[in-house]
Amino acid sequence: MSAAGSALFIAVFLACAVEAVEATTIVLAAGTARDWRSAGTGSVAALFVLAVIVAVLGPAVSHLPLTTLRVLVGALLLVFGLQWLRKAILRASGHKALHDEAKLYAEHLAEAKGQQARRSFLAPDWYGFTLSFKGVLLEGLEVVFIVLTFGANAKNVGLAAISAVCAVVLVAGAGFAIKAPLARVPENTLKFVVGIMLTSFGIFWGGEGAGAHWPGSDAALLVIIPAVALFGLGLTALLRRSVEGGGGSGTRLPAPASPVAR
Amino acid sequence: MSKLRAFGAFWYDFVIGDDWVVAAGIVLGLAGTYGLHRAGVTAWWLLPLVLVVLLPLSLARAVSGPLLPRRTHGPRTPQASPRTPPGH
Repeated sequence: MSAAGSALFIAVFLACAVEAVEATTIVLAAGTARDWRSAGTGSVAALFVLAVIVAVLGPAVSHLPLTTLRVLVGALLLVFGLQWLRKAILRASGHKALHDEAKLYAEHLAEAKGQQARRSFLAPDWYGFTLSFKGVLLEGLEVVFIVLTFGANAKNVGLAAISAVCAVVLVAGAGFAIKAPLARVPENTLKFVVGIMLTSFGIFWGGEGAGAHWPGSDAALLVIIPAVALFGLGLTALLRRSVEGGGGSGTRLPAPASPVAR
Repeated sequence: MSKLRAFGAFWYDFVIGDDWVVAAGIVLGLAGTYGLHRAGVTAWWLLPLVLVVLLPLSLARAVSGPLLPRRTHGPRTPQASPRTPPGH
C-alpha cells in the first residue's frame, strides 16, 4: 500500500472507529434497558437507510469534476476537522469536560428505562427501536460522509469503505462481546488525531481544488499533518496554562495531566 | 413548520457546527486561494495561514464564553454543550 493509501486507510479507520464507539454505546443502552430485538431491528433499519444514501450519493459524488469535488470536500473537511480539533483542544486543556462513554451509557440507560413501553408493527418496543435507529443513523451519516469524501478524493472509495467496515466491525464486535460501553477506548485522543487528519486533508484538497499547487505535490501532506499536530499541541499547552493561571471567563474544568486528552 | 425548522437546525449543526466564524473563514480562505491562483500568484500558503488565524480565534471565542455554557453558581462541574452535534 502506498503512503497516500496508508494515510487514507488510517484517517478513515480512526474517524469511523470514533463514530462506531458512540453508536455502539447507544445501541447497547437501548438493548440493555429496553429490548434487544427492537434495538437490533432499529440498527438494521438505520443501516438500510445508510445503504440507500450511499447508493444514491456514491455515484453522484464520483461523477463530480475532481476540482469541484476537492473544493467542496476540502471546505467540509476543514469545517469538520476544525470543530473536532477545537473541541479536542478544549477538552485536553481542561476547558470542556472529557468525553466519557461510561457516563453517556449510564445517561442513555437511565433515560431509556424511564420510558413507557409501546408496541409497533416494526418492533416489540418502539422506544428501543427509535433510540437505536437514530443513534446508528446519525453516527453512520458521518461514517458515510467520511468514506465518500475521502474515497472519492483519493480515487479509492473501495479502500475507504474497507477501512470503515474494519473499524465498525472491530468496535461493534468488541462492544457486543463485553456487553458494555467501550470506556477504555482513548476516545478523546482519537478525536484529537482525527481532527488533525481531517483538517490536514481539508487544507490539502481544498487548496488543490481552489487552484493551489503544493510544493512537493502529495508529499506536502507529510509536512502539513505534523505541522497541524504541533500547532494543536501548542495551543493545548497555551490554554492549559490559562486554566492553571485562572484566565478566561467561560466554563473551566480541572486540567488533565497530559496535553492530549484521554 | 417546526419540523422544517428542526430539519434545518440539524443540518446547520451537522455542517456549520457551533462556530459559524470558522465556516465563514474557510469559505473566504478558499475564495482567496482561488483569487490568488487566477491572478497568477502562488496560493498554497493561504489556507495554512487561515488555520493559524481561525483556530486560535475560535478557541478564544469558546474560552471567553459564547461557545461554551457559562458557569453561574456552584462548583466546576462538567457540562455538555447543548448544541454539540453527534460525533464531535
